[in-house]
Amino acid sequence: MSYKYFPHTEQDISEMLKVIGVGSLDELYAEVPEELKFARELNIPSEKSEIEVREIIEGMAARNKQLVCFAGCGTYNHYTPSVIPYIASRSEFSTSYTPYQAEISQGTLQYIFEYQSMMAELTGMEISNASMYDGATATAEAMMMCVAAAKKRRKVLISATFNPAVLQVVRTYAKYHGVDLVEVPAKNGATDKAAIETLLAAGDVAGVMVAQPNYYGCIEDFSGLADACHAQKSLLVINSVASALGVLKSPGEWGADIACGDAQSLGIPMGYGGPYIGYLCTNSALIRKMPGRLVGATTDAEGKRCFVLTMQAREQHIRREKATSNICTAQGFMCLYVASYLSLMGPKGLHKVNSLSYEAAHYLHDALVDTGLFEDVYESPYLNEFTLRYTGATPLHELRKQLTAEGYLAGVVADEKEQLVIFAATEQNSKTQIDAFVATVSQRA
Amino acid sequence: MNKTYYGKLIFELSKSGRTGYSLPESTMKNHSMDELPSALLREKPLGLPEVDELTVVRHYTNMSNNNFGVDTGFYPLGSCTMKYNPKINEEMAALKGFTNLHPAQCECTTQGALELYWEVQRTLSEIAGLSAFTLNPYAGAHGELTGLMVIRKYHEMRGDTARTKIIVPDSAHGTNPASAAVCGLQIVQVKSTADGTVDVEDLKPLLGDDIAGMMMTNPNTLGIFEKKIPEIARLVHECGGLMYYDGANLNPMLGVCRPGDMGFDVMHINLHKTFATPHGGGGPGSGPVGVRQGLEEYLPNPQVVKNSDGSFSIRTNENSLGSVSPLFGNYAVIVRAYAYLLSLGKENVPLAGKLSVLNANYIKECLKEYYKLPIDGLCKHEFVFDGLREEYGGDHHDAGHVTTLDVAKRLLDYGFHAPTIYFPLLFHEAMMIEPTETESKDTLDEFIEVMRTIALEARDHREMLKTAPHTTPVRRLDDVKAVKEPKFTYAAL
Amino acid sequence: MAKVIEGLYYSESHEYVKIEGEYGYVGITDYAQDQLGNVVYVDMPEVDDEVTAGEEFGAVESVKAASDLISPVSGTVVEINEALEDAPELVNKDAFANWIMKVKLSDPSEVDALMDAAAYEASCH
Repeated sequence: MSYKYFPHTEQDISEMLKVIGVGSLDELYAEVPEELKFARELNIPSEKSEIEVREIIEGMAARNKQLVCFAGCGTYNHYTPSVIPYIASRSEFSTSYTPYQAEISQGTLQYIFEYQSMMAELTGMEISNASMYDGATATAEAMMMCVAAAKKRRKVLISATFNPAVLQVVRTYAKYHGVDLVEVPAKNGATDKAAIETLLAAGDVAGVMVAQPNYYGCIEDFSGLADACHAQKSLLVINSVASALGVLKSPGEWGADIACGDAQSLGIPMGYGGPYIGYLCTNSALIRKMPGRLVGATTDAEGKRCFVLTMQAREQHIRREKATSNICTAQGFMCLYVASYLSLMGPKGLHKVNSLSYEAAHYLHDALVDTGLFEDVYESPYLNEFTLRYTGATPLHELRKQLTAEGYLAGVVADEKEQLVIFAATEQNSKTQIDAFVATVSQRA
Repeated sequence: MNKTYYGKLIFELSKSGRTGYSLPESTMKNHSMDELPSALLREKPLGLPEVDELTVVRHYTNMSNNNFGVDTGFYPLGSCTMKYNPKINEEMAALKGFTNLHPAQCECTTQGALELYWEVQRTLSEIAGLSAFTLNPYAGAHGELTGLMVIRKYHEMRGDTARTKIIVPDSAHGTNPASAAVCGLQIVQVKSTADGTVDVEDLKPLLGDDIAGMMMTNPNTLGIFEKKIPEIARLVHECGGLMYYDGANLNPMLGVCRPGDMGFDVMHINLHKTFATPHGGGGPGSGPVGVRQGLEEYLPNPQVVKNSDGSFSIRTNENSLGSVSPLFGNYAVIVRAYAYLLSLGKENVPLAGKLSVLNANYIKECLKEYYKLPIDGLCKHEFVFDGLREEYGGDHHDAGHVTTLDVAKRLLDYGFHAPTIYFPLLFHEAMMIEPTETESKDTLDEFIEVMRTIALEARDHREMLKTAPHTTPVRRLDDVKAVKEPKFTYAAL
Repeated sequence: MAKVIEGLYYSESHEYVKIEGEYGYVGITDYAQDQLGNVVYVDMPEVDDEVTAGEEFGAVESVKAASDLISPVSGTVVEINEALEDAPELVNKDAFANWIMKVKLSDPSEVDALMDAAAYEASCH
């Protein structure tokens, strides 16, 4: 029965059984009623050697097609410097758990503290939690935080310019949590601020949630929005693409009470949707309403600075059903990705990533419009993502199918009927690559 | 250890003018970011560190030396199943054929990824004795929430909207009631009997037409198998409720007794516990949710289906509860679990469970003369001590008695991670020990020896325990100060 | 041994109310603060909030525990003990001197349902 992950020898087992006072491994389950016991062999594959495991899974990976990426919509093909996976693979980090025993977990606690510090800088807020699952669930948590802070209000407004995939998740949470989630219409690709003011006037709104840049890539102007919310005792939540905050006005500067979103854009691979990391930041007034783990600085018995999980009385293991959330996760491994990415990039690197992405996206935009097959839809300024209407003769789905066959991910279709396509570019898209892509589009359309 | 770097934050290593990145020169100069209206740009300078590449590498490498993981040593953290995380799994999860996939890609370009997802859900279904799984939930708590949504959706589809309450045992982990609250359910607590299992007589009067279901884990948080599970499931089903299985303690039951066969309708599995994916300092995990036949269509969107021609499709089901993630959850974690399942195969999956039970009972028997064992008898993968016995300094009538916290901190000095402490709440000095199947008898014997030594120290050198740990990178820390003078960022220091 | 003061009224959830005319001062008992350990935060209601006997009006938090505050009486909050905002540890120093809220009672007869000092002391054993 010798197996590589089980160190027991036959002799070990018999000695241990003797100490326990039972005759066999099966007798360890003596109290389990016989009728509940599983009598046959599991109908799953047989044990595989490492060589076979590799062959099977590499085969599956090879049956996927890696495309030249011109899509965003929440997942951006930014470059991950080689240092990052190298650091993250240190198994002292990856094989540890939530840092309950602070004395032997200073590594995890310190990088989370650094992550919190960096996210607070980016968002312009005072506090960041030690991370959430992803941007969609972080937004749902922000919604529940608004309702918890408002005590008696159950209504939350959300802009229709959110990514529909995020909206789906937030809607699901709202339904089961009993939140009255009201969608604010979009006007010219941006949130209709007048509609928000009308809805706020009822005086029953716990929070208002907007996205930056929004689903269509538009950079929205939130001037006056925070004041309008606060005048009606509502909270303002701004969901942003994390890397864009390297250059865009921060949620804190807009006057937001909560900043949330996905930090995948900070060095995390696209990975078919996960794992990513959600961020959630706020100001100290709302700290006790904040979900998730939080790392704070303190001192040890000798006065040395150190870090520890703190404010735990908000959390599920103490507060049970009264907790701010059921979150147990701190997305530690991904915090480490983000902290090491931002350490390498610094303010200048992040600025450069944004400016290269900006230039590539605008170059792509102009080249696509110049083909005569696409036209502009919205006038708002954009960073690295934009929406165009396709006007070519070949049906859009047919064109995209051909482009896929040529190895391109040609944006994301935002509206089949209106033929709206959202394109994105990053520092990984070179001029040669864009020229080749646009040439292929021209040929096929 | 390098004292220059050790103990500093990356911000404190920053010097203006240093660079840790290299990016291509701009080649598309038709536009420049200067075009953006200044009203949309940040004004406050961005306070990120400026450091060179080697400084970053040394900084984090030194920090990793202040951390304890399963690869460092024995990690008997109860309820967390800290088993060995095989390395081949890491390599498989890092294959470019997975990591370079964008979520918006057409399913015609992700057939391999969908096949892997489908294989894992099928394998989990067989192991759990259920009909179908979604792998979309990101973590155990997220799986719980998703599973409870399935239960609510089931009642909603039957037009039965009065079922707003969920029964949770008093021994349950705090996540159960917290997930129920997030899901809009009210919690009804059922008591435990003296042997630590659900009190069926206390349960009966709670059952009625307002009960959506009951959450349980089996074995329960004390590591004890709930023998009356068939009766409990029958009672809950008779009142119209569904049974939810918290898979936190699935490990010992692998291939021996399946949740579906015990009468559970919905469950979640923690891939980071039972199926050996790394805990990553607290995440990412993965919390697949399984359901019995008849509940499949309520699982969250998107769903993966296998077509008759052997290809795979992504489906959106209109009867679904909704979405809990934009795509397929923590996909890379699912790849790791698949590699683990393939490696073990049907031969070794059941053995994992049995050996975990062997290890737990062995430690329990070897230490019960030193530590209070509130509930005797066979345990499953874990068990709970209620602190040191009276004769070893654990008499809590004595104001200066040695606590579970003291024992836990002393264990760190000996190079072991501490067990889970002060949980479950049923005991004052709870110490929950879960060794897992990947630990050798030699490691367990060393641990037992150290735990005995600590008991003797508690009796004879109490002060040494009260001030432990002594040899760790930092000493016992001031957690009152952390709350009362809160500092959560470098800027606040 | 936890302190108990004669003349106050006590609830099973370890709050006390001290009656002065039409007002009641509500806090947690010495026994409760001892059980909680170092109090690090008191979540207090706001002035003008309505409180109801048997219902939550706030929470006290220590490092590793948190406990809801259940009002022993009904009425309107007229004052809160602002000193606790900066120095929650005062609850540990003297739980009876450091009340949490002052309530204008809507039904003074409610105190009849509460325990007196002797009954409360007995209930803590």
